[in-house]
Amino acid sequence: MKTNRLLYFLLVALALLVLPLLLQQGGNAWVRILDMALLYVLLALGLNIVVGYAGLLDLGYVAFFAVGAYLFALLGSPHLAEAFPWIAASFPDGLHLPIWAVIPLAAALAGLFGVLLGAPTLKLRGDYLAIVTLGFGEIIRVFLNNLDRPINLSNGPKGINQIDGITFFGIKLSRPIEVFGFEIASVSLYYYLFLALVIVSVVICHRLEQSRIGRAWMAIREDEIAAKAMGINTRNLKLLAFGMGATFGGISGAMFAAFQGFVSPESFSLMESVMIVAMVVLGGIGYLPGVILGALLLAALPEVLRHVAGPLQAMTDGRIDSAILRQLLIALAMISIMLLRPRGLWPAPEHGKSLAKPNA
Amino acid sequence: MEVLLQQIINGLVLGSMYALIALGYTMVYGIINLINFAHGEVLMVGALTSWTIIVWMQEAMPGTPGWLILLISLLIAFVVCGALNFAIEKIAYRPLRNSPKLAPLITAIGMSILLQTLAMMIWKPNYKAFPTLLPAEPLHVGGAVITVTQIFILGATAVSLAILMYIVNYTRLGRAMRATAENPRVAGLMGVRPDTVISATFIIGAILAALAGVMYASNYGTAQHTMGFLPGLKAFTAAVFGGIGNLGGAVLGGILLGLIESIGAGYIGPLTGGVLGSQYSDIFAFIVLIFVLTLRPSGLLGERVADRA
Repeated sequence: MKTNRLLYFLLVALALLVLPLLLQQGGNAWVRILDMALLYVLLALGLNIVVGYAGLLDLGYVAFFAVGAYLFALLGSPHLAEAFPWIAASFPDGLHLPIWAVIPLAAALAGLFGVLLGAPTLKLRGDYLAIVTLGFGEIIRVFLNNLDRPINLSNGPKGINQIDGITFFGIKLSRPIEVFGFEIASVSLYYYLFLALVIVSVVICHRLEQSRIGRAWMAIREDEIAAKAMGINTRNLKLLAFGMGATFGGISGAMFAAFQGFVSPESFSLMESVMIVAMVVLGGIGYLPGVILGALLLAALPEVLRHVAGPLQAMTDGRIDSAILRQLLIALAMISIMLLRPRGLWPAPEHGKSLAKPNA
Repeated sequence: MEVLLQQIINGLVLGSMYALIALGYTMVYGIINLINFAHGEVLMVGALTSWTIIVWMQEAMPGTPGWLILLISLLIAFVVCGALNFAIEKIAYRPLRNSPKLAPLITAIGMSILLQTLAMMIWKPNYKAFPTLLPAEPLHVGGAVITVTQIFILGATAVSLAILMYIVNYTRLGRAMRATAENPRVAGLMGVRPDTVISATFIIGAILAALAGVMYASNYGTAQHTMGFLPGLKAFTAAVFGGIGNLGGAVLGGILLGLIESIGAGYIGPLTGGVLGSQYSDIFAFIVLIFVLTLRPSGLLGERVADRA
């Protein structure tokens, strides 16, 4: 039994390591899809802390993603130096802070925003909270869109480009490296970085789930008043959930900016937040394997459908655009998965469930 | 002063449309505790249906008076949207009524994407010019301008609110709706069929949304398959603002939101010396909302509900 599990583990690990190297033979686009999927896994894991563990419906999660991405973009591109002469004077080559400084900063700033959002919303219940978080997400996006005036901070709808890639112990991830005569593409290098981050996050989330804090969150999710009566400090724990979730968002935002080399407010629309919520719920809310599955599925599905949609389009004499068809299939998938499996594709095993609640 | 009056008129017009849509959200929420994300899309279908009818009638029967065309297209839009919302509830929400709370939210989001995509396929993605059917010369009221369409919007809102209040407060159906909102199980024991009541609620909400959709399209002169998103979002904000589940709250929230937006958009430029422009008008609503909810966590008119036990 023990050796069996170890064997499985090694096989999965090997498969995960070799996967990008195989895919990159078929073109970097495939690995790129994988990279984005991993970023979405990271986001979904972060949102799972807020929605899944603490039961706080957050419809503006993408705001934290945006905060992380823009922070990285500002500190890792020539934009600030171009916009502000005094910065150009003190840093003639532009600010190019190392990632060891930027990533903690992104995490801290996003966490701060999370607490800022959490503080006024502590008293709100379910759907009131949803609309306030949604509003918060929109506020951040509108500001990013318009902060090119009076001072050019975000460069408005044009976005910020020429963002540095990640340099890791002297290895530049933005260009391919050769190992024993075998070329590893830049996208594959990012894949390894993101995979490492996802694994670390899964471990953190798993430990959180088992910890006193995680159990307290779940108690709040099930019944806030009872949790309070048991001596749980609901205020601090809810703030902590917002902060922790936001931190994940901030880090994946920074990764996104470095990976794309370009950020613009368009990437942080409400639909993006909604999709992340859909990933968490569709997969299996509050259960790590489910959340990962949901994120991979919803992130990769559109790309896979792009290839399926082509033949279907030919079958209908090109009357149905492949983009339209893709959207149609995603919508149908969301509806039918939820109808067939209301608790998600891979739900948490039920344990210690109380009796079915009457419809209050 | 004229600017203020003008902004108040615009705000009232905008607000009454928000109020009509918000009523749909709040009625559904009051009965089954669901944020009906697809509500904005029902509005869009209403507007596009009536656009099709109007264009067809103008071609087939030239000479028909504008108000008659508008009326017929409205009635057809009511029927289409009512049937659509009835079907949405039956397919996507009813099977999930006893599931975890977030499941119907996801099907609602899926429905919203689905309807938008279908509408794009049926009506093509281009912007359609929505014909002006009512007299186009504006009236002047104390230096401000108001169009006949805007008067129609205000009037139709008032009439439909009166009808709705009558239905909810004085008819058998209304009593059943209130009872179901209070407690579906007990209502069932008293001889109310919750399923029928819920379907009726969705149909009424759809009719209000279709009306608002036609108003929105005729006020701005365009219709398109994505037009439902923003008014839907704002109206949902309005419903929460007023206290979700409360009909009066939805109307109050809608009208206040319209006023805040239009007065804010009119004054923010001059007040800040041109630094902040009207492009921020879309977020006033949210800033005010966050502020109000910090002070009154269940909205302006919402009752203080104890947490579910």
